[in-house]
Amino acid sequence: MIKAVDLFKSFGEQEVLKGITTEFYPGKTNLIIGRSGAGKTVLLKLLVGLLSPTKGQVFYDDVDFFNLNKRQVRTIRMKVGMLFQASALFDSMTVEENIRFPLDMFTTMTRKEKLDRVNYCLERVNLHEVNSKYPSEISGGMQKRVGIARAIVLEPKYLFCDEPNSGLDPKTAILIDELIRSITIENNITTVVNTHDMNSVMGIGDNVILLYDGEIAWRGDRDEVMESDNEILQNFIFASPFLQQLRDTALKK
Amino acid sequence: MFLKNFLFHLGRYFIMMRMALYQPERMSMYYKETMRQMNDIGIGSLVIVGLISIFIGAVTAVQFAYQLDGTLVPTYYIGYIVRDSTIIELAPTITCLVLAGKVGSNIAAEIGGMRQKEHIDAMEIMGVNTAGYLILPKVLAAVVVIPMLVAIAAFISIMGGYVASVPTGLMSNAEFVQGVRAFFVPYNVFMMFVKAVVFAILLTSVSSYQGYYVEGGSIELGKASTNAVVFSDILILLADYVIAVLLTG
Repeated sequence: MIKAVDLFKSFGEQEVLKGITTEFYPGKTNLIIGRSGAGKTVLLKLLVGLLSPTKGQVFYDDVDFFNLNKRQVRTIRMKVGMLFQASALFDSMTVEENIRFPLDMFTTMTRKEKLDRVNYCLERVNLHEVNSKYPSEISGGMQKRVGIARAIVLEPKYLFCDEPNSGLDPKTAILIDELIRSITIENNITTVVNTHDMNSVMGIGDNVILLYDGEIAWRGDRDEVMESDNEILQNFIFASPFLQQLRDTALKK
Repeated sequence: MFLKNFLFHLGRYFIMMRMALYQPERMSMYYKETMRQMNDIGIGSLVIVGLISIFIGAVTAVQFAYQLDGTLVPTYYIGYIVRDSTIIELAPTITCLVLAGKVGSNIAAEIGGMRQKEHIDAMEIMGVNTAGYLILPKVLAAVVVIPMLVAIAAFISIMGGYVASVPTGLMSNAEFVQGVRAFFVPYNVFMMFVKAVVFAILLTSVSSYQGYYVEGGSIELGKASTNAVVFSDILILLADYVIAVLLTG
């Protein structure tokens, strides 16, 4: 479990996060949602330690992350996988080398064992015969899947996904969502997904927090979204008249 | 304001270099990366270094021949001057100034691009010491390869002096060889290698620093690349003076 306690973050005069306290549960897809500029990415970066909070703490299974020394941070980070918005695959490496990179860096596995593990991860994300391709030679959706394969290659306990659906068509986006959810459940991973995609909220939102102006405006799960009368949530999820009409029809039924 | 800015960058540079010197996570990965960098910096720069060196030697020979014309200084001195000016100053300094442009801008752009595309963040999250993995192999590779390039540059430069003076009739083959062999001080070669090593560390670490902390978009990346060359060049010339004072004092 990951716990954020009273997190504040400012950049100069601008206060981006204002006292976020929340928990992210293992075996669940925990979603951080909110409009652009609400502080989602900053919260995610604080959770993984890419940014330091102005005030507050982050606990990984009761271990205070920002009180650890470098060696301890590295130990925690080896249990963390992350999928970046633009996949962040290394351009000069093939798909296989990208996924193998953490294994090369941190394990003493043999070449054969590494290759088996890489192939297993590629299989897990439904990719075949792409080992020798470079990131520029595969589609955006495939890049995301390679990103997921690389994130899970060290069997992480915690998985972070920054806008995993951005730039993807709705069908591929749903596939990525389902992949993230099934991997989370299979391996009992604590997964935190940062998104503003309404399909993700309704599809994989086991535990959803809505950020608004640097604060948590609502929390719940995907079943509670429809019934909530929280105005900020309703304005965010059902932003267009078409979606509002859909919601009204669904509620009438 | 300027002093505050200077101290900020100086402090951050030393913090980055300290992080780069932490124990590597896996030696074999660092070794592989160092070999790749040696190839990029060394083999990749051979042609430009060779080309520049031949002209440095040729121009030095022609200009000294012009200056010594009509004086009582023996002609073979041209060979001696070409050799010593090349070894003591021109080969290490000009080679490294050129490498600051070629290798330095490349390093800043490569690391800066990785920063902008979140590759560095991705490595950080994996637990990789990014300063170590991205910077140390470049510095080590440069420290090994740049002195070799400088030695090659010195040899080619002297050959350039020969080509510009013997076939053109400025002096005879025997005179040039006599000049090249006259008053040889091995300590000058030591000085050349000291300069090469110091300049190698400066140009790779300063360029890495510019790339590692780049913020913003492509304009900032371009600026970082330019800064890498400008600051490396300034520091190389400053270090050249300091080394000259220290080693000849």
